[in-house]
Amino acid sequence: MSTDIDPRRRLALAEKVLQAAEKAGATEAEVLVLADDSALTRFANSEIHQNVVETNATVNLRFVLGKRVGVATTGRTDDDGLDALVEQAGSIARVVEELEDWSGLPERGPIGVVDAAWSDATASATPESRAEGVRAVIAAADEAGSVAYGSFATGAETIAVANSKGISAVQRRTSSQLLTVSMAPNGGTGYAEAVSVDVQRIDPAAIGREAAEKARATQNPVAVDAGDWPVVLEEYAVVDILDMLGYLGFSALAVQEERSFYEPGRRIGSDLVTMVDDPTDPAGLPMAFDYEGVAKERVSLLDHGRCVDVVYDAQTAARAGRRSTGHGLPAPNPYGPFPLNMVMSPGTASRDELIGGLDRGLLVTRFHYTNPVHPKLCVITGMTRDGTFLVEDGRIVGPVRNLRYTQSYLDALAGVAAVGRDRRTLKGFLGGVVVPAVRIDGWSFTGTTEH
Amino acid sequence: MRDITDRALDTAASQGATYADVRVVRRLEESISIKSGRVEGVSSGESEGFGVRVLVDGAWGFASSNWVTAAEADRVAAEATRIARASATALRHRVALDDRPPALGHYETPVDIDPFTVPFETKIAELLAADEAANSVKGIAYTETSYGAQREWKTFAASDGSFTEQVITHVGAGIESNAASGDEQQRRSFPDAGGGWQAAGYEYIRGLGLKDSAGPYAEEAVALLTAPLCPPGRRTIVLHPSQLYLQVHESCGHPTELDRVYGTEASYAGTSFLTTDHLEDGFRYGSDLVTIVADATAPGGMGTFAWDDEGVAAQAVPLVQNGIFSGYLSSRETAPRIGRQSGGAMRADGWNRIPLIRMTNINLLPVPGMSLEEIVADTDDGLYLASNRSWSIDDRRLNFQFATEVAYEIKGGQKGRLLRNPTYTGITYEFWRSCDAVGDERSYVMLGTPNCGKGEPSQIGHVGHAVPGARFTNVQVGVGNG
Repeated sequence: MSTDIDPRRRLALAEKVLQAAEKAGATEAEVLVLADDSALTRFANSEIHQNVVETNATVNLRFVLGKRVGVATTGRTDDDGLDALVEQAGSIARVVEELEDWSGLPERGPIGVVDAAWSDATASATPESRAEGVRAVIAAADEAGSVAYGSFATGAETIAVANSKGISAVQRRTSSQLLTVSMAPNGGTGYAEAVSVDVQRIDPAAIGREAAEKARATQNPVAVDAGDWPVVLEEYAVVDILDMLGYLGFSALAVQEERSFYEPGRRIGSDLVTMVDDPTDPAGLPMAFDYEGVAKERVSLLDHGRCVDVVYDAQTAARAGRRSTGHGLPAPNPYGPFPLNMVMSPGTASRDELIGGLDRGLLVTRFHYTNPVHPKLCVITGMTRDGTFLVEDGRIVGPVRNLRYTQSYLDALAGVAAVGRDRRTLKGFLGGVVVPAVRIDGWSFTGTTEH
Repeated sequence: MRDITDRALDTAASQGATYADVRVVRRLEESISIKSGRVEGVSSGESEGFGVRVLVDGAWGFASSNWVTAAEADRVAAEATRIARASATALRHRVALDDRPPALGHYETPVDIDPFTVPFETKIAELLAADEAANSVKGIAYTETSYGAQREWKTFAASDGSFTEQVITHVGAGIESNAASGDEQQRRSFPDAGGGWQAAGYEYIRGLGLKDSAGPYAEEAVALLTAPLCPPGRRTIVLHPSQLYLQVHESCGHPTELDRVYGTEASYAGTSFLTTDHLEDGFRYGSDLVTIVADATAPGGMGTFAWDDEGVAAQAVPLVQNGIFSGYLSSRETAPRIGRQSGGAMRADGWNRIPLIRMTNINLLPVPGMSLEEIVADTDDGLYLASNRSWSIDDRRLNFQFATEVAYEIKGGQKGRLLRNPTYTGITYEFWRSCDAVGDERSYVMLGTPNCGKGEPSQIGHVGHAVPGARFTNVQVGVGNG
């Protein structure tokens, strides 16, 4: 581990900048230090073609003068760089308009220890150990007659926050992710992914076999018509539903700006759908506090299909007259708070039972390039990818070509007919998610393609 | 800076690198974000560091650090060679680079008014005036006005003797007016969704005319709330540049990236339908009117520079000529595989990322004859679509679907009814083959996006697109509105 992510040093750096800001006249100040050592080994055509490592640290200063707020960031952590940071943030604060509803920086509160967020093995991963994992994936592809593509990432980070309300907090986290697309002759493609705090919990050979077996099974796909189909979505596809719900609706700012589908008690899912944001769940990628130094709380988002709550940062919480749930992002943040640790409760169905419940439907491995068409209704368009299958009478008949869909994710949740009992930890665009597979009564496919 | 670059290159060579390059990058950024008259965020950022890329035993390694010292240059260069040796344990083809003369020189983006010297209070006042013009329109729920600027000082040195210094400046601003009623939410953006961006100084921001355009666009957002849905069907569509540039980006820019063609993005962004056999077989990508060029020399484009991030001189590379597919965005590693020299498209997102094949300025060239307005007048029955609202395209860049903020019906050459929630979908080459009109120089504008994602770890690219308007026939519209 590089000294750059040493927690004591990073917190000391935050405290040092805080003192400098207060000395420069800040009525309040907040310093966020993010330091990371990260590495990624990328492979394609069954060989490593990109292999990178990065050592980085940034210091983010929120400098407050009464109700005027200036923010500056620097990657220069020498004295000159830090002096310039304080000067720049202060100069911005002196010229910006007052924020009439500025509620002040968050107060100090108790922060629990989340030991599950760290793994020594991940922090000490090497180029050689990642290459060894990649070779195992490639070997599985070779064995199946397919070609391997993917990446193996490991990283360690330290997050330190100090503010003039007494917050002085530091945490360290690790994460690892191995993903692969396996390509077989005649259009076969398969996907597999594993994510963990502890890289030792990832089995590269198993991931390689899963993708290669699916690639073999998807050769020579046939076309099916677009239209409404019952579907089983594998965990890799369900990630996108949670991501979009978190991004579009389960944020207090989206609610306050009337952009969200969320209303307390509103039913948007079937009884089988329960979601929380749980930053302490060791199955995910835990995090003790947010980027404002506030302890992260477990927030119930959907309980048996009904909306329960959304996540807050300090500013949105003040507007709502409640306390932050610990979901703030680095300042300045016009996007609002987001749930970064979403977890969907498991059901009781095995994979065979999920598929067995389809008279005639589609099994979807994952989605590609999804984007909101109508944000408030959560209407999303995207493509299927890397393994789509026709199911008849509860049995997989064969692979089909990829389809485009234009589907309200709210309507999809209302149509959830079964939830898998097994879950995977995966990475979405908001963070680590823990998800089961699901069966949904109807999914609106709106286009076809050639592969 | 020579001391750092020399140190890194010497260490890499001493550790066994047969090729090495080093980029030292300092990036300055600033942004202003206003919501409904409230100055939500004003920030400034600075980042500095260097990255060392090496070839050892025919395999790549890259390491980077934010600590720019000679000792760190030694450590990072040695780490890069260690990583390359690890890469070599899973290598099937040794990397070979094309030959090019050493790159030497200095370049700066032409800037009339340095955006970093314009006082924040001046910029905030100008943005607030525009925001107020939109926010005062009755029925507007909220407005978002934004400004950003970025400047990079880039020093590139390579073991072949190359040494270049570039100062690249990009600026952008825009205003979004949002109207809402029940579940209906409508937005109009000026100059386009995400703002207008160019390689320029603050003169570009002042030239946008944000304040003058804010009110009319806000009124259109309100009108959209009660406009009829864009009905489904097959229609002739006329695309305004604010949508056409993203159509070019997604369905021509990305599929002509040669690394995608060779599979090196397969596990993430995907591959491409434009396989290399199509270079030889005269593949018809579009109609005769469609000529698309990757031009890293175009004035104002965010893909404009003097050398790419592996020291290849900026150039204009034809991608599609009169409808026939003719070339790729390429690098020193990929170009020799198709028997060509690098087209100079390797770009990195800062010091801590490797260069990847990225778009430069992917421009749909104008066709003499009709302006965009004259194309509308020439259209008997169709739809006029402007400003992107959402986008999606499959992993081979064939099946796309876009939503735009606004549609107008065209009847007898006149713009008529306003329609809400328009979408259109198609297959890339079928769509471009249906192009029966391209605007001339009068509607040719340089736009671009500051948020093009690619690669793992993720990189955000600034790319340019100069486009006029264009017309397409028999296009499926109104998906999901049936």
